[in-house]
Amino acid sequence: MTMALGPHAGFILAAYAVAALVVAGLLVWIVADHRLQRRLLAELEAQGVRRRSATREERPA
Amino acid sequence: MALIDLANPTRFLAFAERALPWLAGAAAAAFAAGLYLAWFVAPDDYQQGATVKIMFVHVPAAWLGMAAWALMSLAALGTLVWRHPLADVAARSAAPIGAAFTFLCLVTGALWGRPMWGAYWVWDARLTSMLVLFLMYLGLLALWRAVEDPARAGRLVAVLTLVGAINLPIIKFSVDWWNTLHQPASVFRLGGPTIDPSLLWPLMVMALAFTLLFAVVQLAAMRNEILRRRVRALRIMQAQAAQRA
Repeated sequence: MTMALGPHAGFILAAYAVAALVVAGLLVWIVADHRLQRRLLAELEAQGVRRRSATREERPA
Repeated sequence: MALIDLANPTRFLAFAERALPWLAGAAAAAFAAGLYLAWFVAPDDYQQGATVKIMFVHVPAAWLGMAAWALMSLAALGTLVWRHPLADVAARSAAPIGAAFTFLCLVTGALWGRPMWGAYWVWDARLTSMLVLFLMYLGLLALWRAVEDPARAGRLVAVLTLVGAINLPIIKFSVDWWNTLHQPASVFRLGGPTIDPSLLWPLMVMALAFTLLFAVVQLAAMRNEILRRRVRALRIMQAQAAQRA
């Protein structure tokens, strides 16, 4: 079990803190971007703008 | 489903929706195992002491910063040779992720360098070539934003990506070609790794965790990019309809 970080603890903790921030930033970015694009698509479709392929996909076989 | 079927954006979206929860779960489990091994099992290095723990984030970040550019180079071939829109989507999505991992590599490297070398930064071949990689990522992201037509921007970026790929072997072999402060290759080298297994295994598990995270973010970013292009296409259709009316 190794938990004593010695005289350079600040550098080690800072490195892991930056890693956590970068990972969190990536996750926040993809979730926020996904919500934004879904909302924009829903707004356009609510205005009656539809992709031609989307109309074909919904047509009964 | 054959792999080629995923080249259709609608099928790719369906695949991404199904795969993302499983990949995210695997990434979380790998991080839990990797962080446990790194913090509670791996011993201190006999020379570097506890600062060796920085290696478990620094090295995977460096690998993925380079791997993202390699992925973009393959995608660039898909854009230029087959003009496949999903190849451009893959490259566009990988660029900010690669930039983030390269940034993480540079910052954790500086935080490791200060206590070990006595300096946050030196103009050493390995460090400088990695900084060049980060600047190239920023350049590509700026170019994508500067050109309005995504298809034209994709072709321009694809050419620059292939030219920039020359930096990958420079980064990899910089420690062999020049006399650098950075240590030589100690994992992927002829003759096998020189790291003790007690440090190598936690590193491999953390590398797996970061790779799974990369896969999650890449898939999700590609899904978002496809949706963004659909929004753009619908807006153009809306504008054309308004013009006709």
